[in-house]
Amino acid sequence: MKKRLLMNLTAALMVSGLVFTVSCAKKTVVSEPPTGVTVDQSAEDAAAARAQELAKQRAMEEAQLKADALKEAQLKDAEFARKAAAERRFQSQDIHFGYDSSELTPMSKTLLKEKALWIEANPMVKVSIEGHCDDRGTTEYNIALGERRALSAKKFLVNLGISESRLTTISFGEERPLDLAGNDAAWAKNRRAHFVIK
Amino acid sequence: MTVLLFGGVFPRYVAAQHAYINISDPFLRKSPVAVPDFKLLGGQDAGAGLALEARTILANALEFTGYIKVLEKASYIEEPAVTGITRAEVNFKNWTVVGAELLVTGGVVKSGDTVQLKLRLFDTFTERLLVGKVYSGGPTDIRRMVHRFCSEISLHLTGNRGIFSSRLAFISTQGKNKEIFVCDFDGYQPRQVTRHNSISLSPSWSSDGQWLAYTSYVKGNPDLYIKNLKQNRGASVRFKGVNITPDWVPGQFALAATLSYEGDQEIYLLTGKGKVIKRLTRSWGIDVSPEFSPDGKKIAFVSKRAGTPQIYIKDLETETVRRLTFQGRYNTSPAWSPDGDRIAYVGVVKGEINIYMIGLDGNGLVQLTRTAGDNEDPSWSPDGSLITFTSTREGSSRIFVMTATGGEQRRLLLMEGAQTDSEWSQGNENN
Repeated sequence: MKKRLLMNLTAALMVSGLVFTVSCAKKTVVSEPPTGVTVDQSAEDAAAARAQELAKQRAMEEAQLKADALKEAQLKDAEFARKAAAERRFQSQDIHFGYDSSELTPMSKTLLKEKALWIEANPMVKVSIEGHCDDRGTTEYNIALGERRALSAKKFLVNLGISESRLTTISFGEERPLDLAGNDAAWAKNRRAHFVIK
Repeated sequence: MTVLLFGGVFPRYVAAQHAYINISDPFLRKSPVAVPDFKLLGGQDAGAGLALEARTILANALEFTGYIKVLEKASYIEEPAVTGITRAEVNFKNWTVVGAELLVTGGVVKSGDTVQLKLRLFDTFTERLLVGKVYSGGPTDIRRMVHRFCSEISLHLTGNRGIFSSRLAFISTQGKNKEIFVCDFDGYQPRQVTRHNSISLSPSWSSDGQWLAYTSYVKGNPDLYIKNLKQNRGASVRFKGVNITPDWVPGQFALAATLSYEGDQEIYLLTGKGKVIKRLTRSWGIDVSPEFSPDGKKIAFVSKRAGTPQIYIKDLETETVRRLTFQGRYNTSPAWSPDGDRIAYVGVVKGEINIYMIGLDGNGLVQLTRTAGDNEDPSWSPDGSLITFTSTREGSSRIFVMTATGGEQRRLLLMEGAQTDSEWSQGNENN
């Protein structure tokens, strides 16, 4: 019986020893603060890294922004260029007529449809349509003919939905030829309606 | 300048009886006239230069008519400058023998700043004095004095005072602009009358020669301007659309023109102040270039109502319209002859632009210009003997003149730039 008691005690001691060991181990953990210095050191490093990372990101962002702005500017330029080109085309692309005719050709109708789109896309713009003739006719008759040409173009645009108040006409007859060569090609070039943004 | 009449025989003018020359005759033979040197009546030296000048102006003016041939001085046997200029002093046999049917003698008296011209026209066969006149004025009036006498000669030969007091309006380029000029009947002394620095076109004279109507782009649009030539006044017609091709009503302060403010080109009658009186045409499409008949009762005009530009006549009393031209696909620019019987116009055939003439009844179509550049803008002289027109036969556009039958085509004047659109005024001694 005595032996059993001792055994139990030993066991108890062992357990307490165990407990002690456990508590001792606990103590070691508690007494870690000195190694806390080491922890502080690495935190500083991390912050620096983070800052570095942030700066890097910021730089990247800035670069991106710059790139975006550039791209936008380029897009704007392109848009502007495209608009300017469309405007130039609107004003430089004449429609042409047959000899002593104010009838619109299929080609002229195609060009007028394009012009109508442009006028619609530019609601602030007013347009003057100039009628011109070649010089193979008489001065006075050609002023009349030039007006009929300008009016043909105007009527077509109005039929496409352009407000009449945005379109005016003027005839120059044979007074403002584009090409003075005096051959078929030159005459054809001179028989035209020309579009001017007012 | 004053005028005196003299001469023992002063013939009374009776047109039908006295017309030596029918200027409408297409087979007209030119009357041969001798114009010997003028005599110095006030001393040998005084006025020698003026005498020469006066004789030259007279010979040139007669030659210009197209119905008078001035005989070469070298062929003359007699010298009235020496032997005398009166009927009693002239030996008419000396003139008939060199072929002269008519003789003009002149005498010059110069005293101080006054010049006296004594001018006589003789019929060499009947040995009669036909006209005798004395003119006086300053040395710079020589041209006007001589031309007045030419009008008298014309009156006796043709029954009409002729062209000598008429003027021409025309367009000349000034760089990129076109301005209106006026010159004498023979192209002498062109002077600029508009300074719009723009395109100006289609000048038209009022019957009294005091007003010009024309089209100008000076305010951007082709508008009509009515301008008094002596006073700084006038009016403008500036409707929306075209305001073009004016023509004065004969003898009235009113005109016709093409306007398009109602949406279509039509011919309207306007007051001289530019107010619309009424519309004269009613047809969709081009109606342009009205031209009054000499009696003012009809207009000729250009219309595209039948698909091509043709000349139509509208009777303003009966309101009837008929087509005049049927030959060709492009007939424009009608110009009514002063006798009212014919219309000169421009026809385009196979790309060639020429002047044609047709009777008012549609008969007697003749081509007056051919194979010599583009020929446009016919205008009749007030006596119906000559037609001016624009031609490119020398390259640049210039004003030419020809007889009413297409003869003797010659350039009227030479100046810088291009000239077009000549328009003859009525004769007016007060110009």
